[in-house]
Amino acid sequence: MRFVYFGLLAACVAGTLPLEIFLRTRVYGRPRRWLLSLAPVIVAFTLWDAYAISRRQWSYDRHQTTGWRLGNVPLEEVAFFVVIPTCAILTYEAVLAVRARRGR
Amino acid sequence: MSYTALAIVGVLVSLGVDLLLLRTKLLCRRDFWTAYAIVLFFQLIVNGILTGRRVVTYDPSGVVGGRTPHFVGDGRFVYAPVEDLLFGFALVVQTLAWWVWWGRRRPFRARTGTPRGESTSPEQDRVARPRVGADETP
Repeated sequence: MRFVYFGLLAACVAGTLPLEIFLRTRVYGRPRRWLLSLAPVIVAFTLWDAYAISRRQWSYDRHQTTGWRLGNVPLEEVAFFVVIPTCAILTYEAVLAVRARRGR
Repeated sequence: MSYTALAIVGVLVSLGVDLLLLRTKLLCRRDFWTAYAIVLFFQLIVNGILTGRRVVTYDPSGVVGGRTPHFVGDGRFVYAPVEDLLFGFALVVQTLAWWVWWGRRRPFRARTGTPRGESTSPEQDRVARPRVGADETP
């Protein structure tokens, strides 16, 4: 049960992987652009997370998370800020790819 | 600051990044809104699981709703606090703004034939895009 949160993120990665393979979205295929786009988002939202946790605005179930932390932020949350933005980029590129394929 | 207030600030900052700082103007593009609609659908599922199962819980002092995750009502939508809709929107807008912005810079668009910084309309991006792939196919 400790891996509920991580499992959900893994499902998000697996679920969007076909976009990269079959629609050739080339997000992972352009690692520099991918990581440069993610970096400011990871930093900003992890800081937001750290603030909210320190103010006890939200908290995490010990039984459904690993307990691994970066400062006071669960590693699941940091992974979330890698995975979800990546899914968003994959989706956006997939929309562009489908529209391009249809000749707009 | 409460989560409610921070979520509103987060959206405003992301709008500023997209419209003023990077001038990617995603919010003016149909492609963005199509992608956002798809992302939102899956966000509701994933976030619904995280909040419905109480992997994440929210203190009532920081949100408009209460501690109990209702499917809809009491400041909740598909179990998640309504603030999460703003949080998710801010996250997606800012990510895609950076993605599109980096896509317009060297070396990422060096081979597209369009001078850097000139592709400000979706039309130009559409024209340039297939050529990127074609040029880089080994």
